[in-house]
Amino acid sequence: MIPNIPLSYFFVVGTLMFFIGVFGFLTRRNLITILMSVELILNSVNINFVAVNRYLFPDNMHGHFFTIFIIAIAASEAAVAIAIILNIYRKFKTINVENVSEMKY
Amino acid sequence: MDFTYTILIPLIPLFSFLIIGFLHNKLSNTVASGIGITALTASFVMSYYTAYKYFFTTEKIDGAYQKIIGYNTVWLQFTENLHIDMGTLIDPISVMMLVVVSTVSLMVHIYSTGYMKGEDGFNRFYSFLSLFSFSMFGLVVSTNIFQMYVFWELVGVSSFLLIGYYYDKPSAVAASKKAFIVTRFADMFFLIGILTVGYITDTYDFLALTDPSGSAIAQGGGILFMGMSTMTWALILIFMGGAGKSAMMPFHIWLPDAMEGPTPVSALIHAATMVVAGVYLVARLFPVYSISAPDALEVVAYVGAISSLFAAIVATTQFDIKRVLAFSTMSQIGYMITALGVSGMHGHEGVGYMASMFHLFTHAMFKALLFLGAGAVIHAVHSNLMNEMGGLRKYLPVTHITFLIATLTIAGVPPLSGFFSKDEILVAAFHHDKFIFFIQLFVAGLTAFYMFRLYFRVFWNKEPHYHHTPHDAPMSMKFPLMFLAMFSFVAGFLPFNEWITVDGKAIEIHTEWVVAIPATLFGLIGIAIAMVMYKKETAIPDKISAAFGKFYKWTFNKFYFDEIYMFVTHKIIFNIVSKSVAWFDRNVVDATMDGIGHVTEKSAEMIKGLQSGQIQKYGFVFISGAIIIAIAFILNLFY
Amino acid sequence: MDIMFYIFSTIILVFSVLTVTSRKILRAATYLLFVLIATAGLYFLLNYQFIAAIQLTLYAGGIVVLIIFSILLTSHISQSFEPVGKLKTIASGLASVAGALLTLTVLLEHEFTASTKPPVDVNMESIGLSLLSYERDGFVLPFEVISVLLLAAMIGAIVIAKKSEEKVTNQENNKSL
Repeated sequence: MIPNIPLSYFFVVGTLMFFIGVFGFLTRRNLITILMSVELILNSVNINFVAVNRYLFPDNMHGHFFTIFIIAIAASEAAVAIAIILNIYRKFKTINVENVSEMKY
Repeated sequence: MDFTYTILIPLIPLFSFLIIGFLHNKLSNTVASGIGITALTASFVMSYYTAYKYFFTTEKIDGAYQKIIGYNTVWLQFTENLHIDMGTLIDPISVMMLVVVSTVSLMVHIYSTGYMKGEDGFNRFYSFLSLFSFSMFGLVVSTNIFQMYVFWELVGVSSFLLIGYYYDKPSAVAASKKAFIVTRFADMFFLIGILTVGYITDTYDFLALTDPSGSAIAQGGGILFMGMSTMTWALILIFMGGAGKSAMMPFHIWLPDAMEGPTPVSALIHAATMVVAGVYLVARLFPVYSISAPDALEVVAYVGAISSLFAAIVATTQFDIKRVLAFSTMSQIGYMITALGVSGMHGHEGVGYMASMFHLFTHAMFKALLFLGAGAVIHAVHSNLMNEMGGLRKYLPVTHITFLIATLTIAGVPPLSGFFSKDEILVAAFHHDKFIFFIQLFVAGLTAFYMFRLYFRVFWNKEPHYHHTPHDAPMSMKFPLMFLAMFSFVAGFLPFNEWITVDGKAIEIHTEWVVAIPATLFGLIGIAIAMVMYKKETAIPDKISAAFGKFYKWTFNKFYFDEIYMFVTHKIIFNIVSKSVAWFDRNVVDATMDGIGHVTEKSAEMIKGLQSGQIQKYGFVFISGAIIIAIAFILNLFY
Repeated sequence: MDIMFYIFSTIILVFSVLTVTSRKILRAATYLLFVLIATAGLYFLLNYQFIAAIQLTLYAGGIVVLIIFSILLTSHISQSFEPVGKLKTIASGLASVAGALLTLTVLLEHEFTASTKPPVDVNMESIGLSLLSYERDGFVLPFEVISVLLLAAMIGAIVIAKKSEEKVTNQENNKSL
């Protein structure tokens, strides 16, 4: 059951979502919103995997599993990132990324 | 005849050096000196045994003593023919030197237990003495020039260390540096000479070099350089090295200053052994000099004669007793060098060589005795200056007697050993070059004069006020004095003419009255003048020095040699050469380096803002970079 | 059916933009939730129910809750962000647009031909068997690796987020003082 939509439409959605995520990553100051941008990026990749799997290789499930693994990784990444953010907040009393610049020259 | 064991003669002091050196804060003074003396006694016994075995039991071939390689090992192999060995060469002069070095070194070891008692660094002193003994033994038994050069530098180092023994005394530090730099400067010529000889003859081995019928000697003459054969130049360069070590003009300036070291060191290194290394070097290479380069030998003769005259004149005006002895040493070494310079190869012509070695032997004994006696005096009076001495014969009877014997010996009064050896030198000079003969005759008189001046000033003359009554030295110091005094007596009767000649064959000698009588007469006149002037306190010395005026002042200041050197080094070399080099170094070499550093630092300063710690900037750069690279790939920019 | 794709796509894009531009953090999180739900809708559309379910439970249910939880821990809800600097916005926007154009050009220039092979039946049984299979098309190794990763991430998150011992004792000391 493939909808009557060309594959490239999925690519367009994925790509745009990816670069919206990138834009958010570059402009947001709050660490949590940056994390959300990263989730967007990962999600856009998932869409591409799934779509390609469905359109080009319907006879196996590789894209499908990659998506599952990426979701797992995204979950663990979110957990660790939030732990780090909490720690940073405890230490600096802020989660503004511009104020957390200890690691310079 | 098996002489393999001779390698132990240098090695035992080396071990003693290592033991005392490594354990010097663990060992008590008694143990350290005990180790040193034991090691030296072993070398002493072996040296005498070697001498006995070599001169009395080894068979002569064709009436000549043979040169024997006792032990040999290839150390560095360059080519099939050219290699550097380490080993021991047993021949008449090396055996004689072994005896000299071991005797004087042992005596100095024993003497130092008394003289150095209670000094800081007593153990250090003994370890350095052992190091020196090792180096000197290694030098005299060298089988090739390179081994000799290695040990030559080692004795230089030991000398440096021992002159600078009182390293908290600025004058001693300066003296040790001076000695090292001057001798090292001369050694540079030595090294060039060695390499040249090696280049010409393709061998460093003494046996091959000095074989009169060998190919090495024959090869020398051919190539000319500035009017003389290359061999002559090489041998002159080698002699310059020898002159540096033996304090010949113009490299003599370090020797008087070297008296800053402890007196036993002066006795051992700067009177008896190391300073005669130059003489030994020329003697070792004598056949080469004599056959390939008679011109070089002529240079040797004149350098020796002039040095001996110069030193004798300066010695008459010095007040520091050790300095008088230092100039006297220089003068006597000048004698030996001259004797080599006027010698020939065979038969009676070779008397100069024999006389030189003979004088080396006797001089080592009586000059060591003089220094050790001077040490005993200094030990009693706590001063080096003869103005603060006088009338000591009552307080130091043993020192007085032994010192008198030594003084008579050096003045050439028969039948003491100095008479015989000096007489032979004069005979050799008489037959070769009358001019040198007269110089030497005059020097003989001067020697007697300045030595007796010293003797009378110290032991007679007016007694100054002593802070505490001087007392004679302990037994450990008296024994070496008496032993060496005995040697000074006996040494003259040793049959050197049978033992030590250029070709190993005995030569006939007979007293030539033409030479002996004036020589003795000159000596006695010198003694008499000294007696008149200095036995009682008189006004004569002042009058004479006033009469000589400027000349006296010149002499007193050692003819301003030090000042000339200072002028040359500081004003000319430092100012002109070194300054421009330093300028180049600072403004070109350093500036380049600084510039590189500066540019790096500045550019780092400029771009370090990129390393802002702002993660989003990094992200921006990363993403734009990735996009740019992707675009470049798509547009085929990389092909 | 096609209309559903356009609806989901529109939701995804609009709410993505809102997510990265919203000046209230909690709202941003909510928009993100919408994006993720719409993505799950796309998966349903492609007939991958299992993945859509995971998307809903894990992403929408787990991660977004985690994010909101951390927002509540670290921020004031009423607080709104300062506007972003113009230069930064323009530079980032340019880079993003350039990247998007580049990627789209490449993707759209390439012709993808849809496979005509019969699709496998993606049901729970085949997914489970493939995940634990070590034969062809089996994913047991990544499966194990990812489980270790999850364990490590869990431990790591706990260790990092835990208050350190020293701090606790310090605070106790302060209290006692």
